Amino acid sequence: MSVLSSASVRKESRFLFGASVFLLCAWVLGPLYLLLVNTLSSPEMVSGFPKSLLPEFDFESLYFFARFQGMIDALINSVLVAGLTMFFAITIGAPAGYALSRFDFAGKELFRIMILLTRAFPLPLLALPLAVFFIRTGLDDSVFGLSLIHTTLALPFAVLITFSLFSGIPSELEEAAWTLGCTRIQAFIYVVLPLILPGITASAIFAFVISWNEVFAAAVLTIENRTLTAFLLQNLDTSPLHLKFAGGFILVVPALIFIFAVRKYLFAMWGIANR
Amino acid sequence: MAEISIKNVAKNFGSFQALNSIDLTISDQEFMVLLGASGCGKTTLLRIIAGLEQMDSGEVWIGDRRVDHLPPRERGIAMVFQNYAIFPHLTVFNNIGFGLKMHKMADSEIKKRVEKNAELMHIEHLLGRYSGELSGGQRQRVAVARALAMEPEVILMDEPLSNLDALLRLEMRAELKGVLAASKTTAIYVTHDQVEAMSLADRISVMQGGHIVQAASPTEIYRNPATQFVAGFIGNPPMNFLTASAVSTGKWQVAGSVFEGPAVSEKELLFAIRPEDLKPASKGLTALVKIIEPLGPHLLVTCDVEGHLFRVILESDTQLHPGETLTLAPAADRIRWFDPSTENHVM
Repeated sequence: MSVLSSASVRKESRFLFGASVFLLCAWVLGPLYLLLVNTLSSPEMVSGFPKSLLPEFDFESLYFFARFQGMIDALINSVLVAGLTMFFAITIGAPAGYALSRFDFAGKELFRIMILLTRAFPLPLLALPLAVFFIRTGLDDSVFGLSLIHTTLALPFAVLITFSLFSGIPSELEEAAWTLGCTRIQAFIYVVLPLILPGITASAIFAFVISWNEVFAAAVLTIENRTLTAFLLQNLDTSPLHLKFAGGFILVVPALIFIFAVRKYLFAMWGIANR
Repeated sequence: MAEISIKNVAKNFGSFQALNSIDLTISDQEFMVLLGASGCGKTTLLRIIAGLEQMDSGEVWIGDRRVDHLPPRERGIAMVFQNYAIFPHLTVFNNIGFGLKMHKMADSEIKKRVEKNAELMHIEHLLGRYSGELSGGQRQRVAVARALAMEPEVILMDEPLSNLDALLRLEMRAELKGVLAASKTTAIYVTHDQVEAMSLADRISVMQGGHIVQAASPTEIYRNPATQFVAGFIGNPPMNFLTASAVSTGKWQVAGSVFEGPAVSEKELLFAIRPEDLKPASKGLTALVKIIEPLGPHLLVTCDVEGHLFRVILESDTQLHPGETLTLAPAADRIRWFDPSTENHVM
């Protein structure tokens, strides 16, 4: 009897688990699928009713964006800003992550918390003073200026991810390198860097995605040199429905691909081993 | 030629005194073992000699150079770490050759040295592998070969065998002793395992609470422990201790019997004897047999002498049963005396 009931409990809990997984997947994948269907549908189908749940493979909406005036410039701006953000976040974030993992200093724990607190200030709150400051210093409407803002957004994650990556490398490896004739810098280059490079790449891609997806600062701080998100936001507002879908699709897909590529390192950020 | 001199070295971690004015000289080609329980400062001392840890005060000399201000790479040392610290992204060949490459040695010379040391450690068939493809024992061999390939003046080892299983440890221990003796390198070896220390060392420094309590040959440490701590730490089973009270000058009463002892003014001393230095006799200490453990070559008998735990090792053919009473005579020249207040050996 007790065997039976424990078996049925296990069955129920497995059902519950399956249902939760299904719900979560539906929550994420459902909208993405609808986005895909509407992107690949003709304008009549998008605004008509009833809708088909299967895409028509009509690429007209996507072609429209390929020919859209300013689209290519915005894309280049996006890549430039994201590339710079990636560069700054890693060159500033990785040394901080290394210091956090290898050295003991006063206020270390506080520093770790403060890093996350930088994300606690809503960007809209900072937007006006930032815009004023940027105009005064001449950084407004520039790729460089925007990448600075995006760097501050990406930096906490860069620090935390690299901190956990460096912590995963035993300090004995470095010490062994020192005793074998390396300076601190040589030990880092010949021993730590090769081991950490995949993780650093992932962390860089994550910074890239943060910048790629960011829209608020981009919309406030640029006018002529808009990034893709800001450009689409501005133009889609007044666009027909099928173009809104296609624009959303264009924004979502690269980010999704990037995040998928670096997923295991994102788990590492929270200290969950997933290898 | 590399004699190591450690002069008045002290180190604190916050308010914790890890090392308390350590003075130690290790002669050229000597195998010195630093032995002690965890937290006694032995690893800290080794890391200070290696240059991986900064000391608060004192001097470290290797040969005729003062090295304490030098980074590890300029000290002429090589180190074997407890977890081996094999570089996972390099093959065994490149691991062993890593230090030589850093010293800008010619490729042909590196190849020669790597192969020579790989052969010495019996890992020549593993040179193309990565550390992930090696067993614990093989990694250990790579770590030793990598250190030896540097042909250092001093080789430092931090519990190098503690991660191996018992049988492998025994095998590596003997091999290590042979290889290091042949290399004519001065060696400092940290361990908490007294059997390892006894079997490897030319000299053992027993450490306790940031001090070196005794530095002497294994036999000397075993026979003439300088303090009660050393007596209790070395030897398995350890020395037996009984309280002795003064009868007259040089006469001490221990568990009902009177023994010749040191002529000192103290009222009480500790009488100490090793378990194998006792024999059943008609006169001596009266012991109640509690547990008998046949260990093959001999019997380990745990007894009760006046309420104190007392162990004795007897011939394996001794007929004994728990509950019996034994009379044990200690070998007179093996009795040691300690002052219970200072814990020091009393002559």
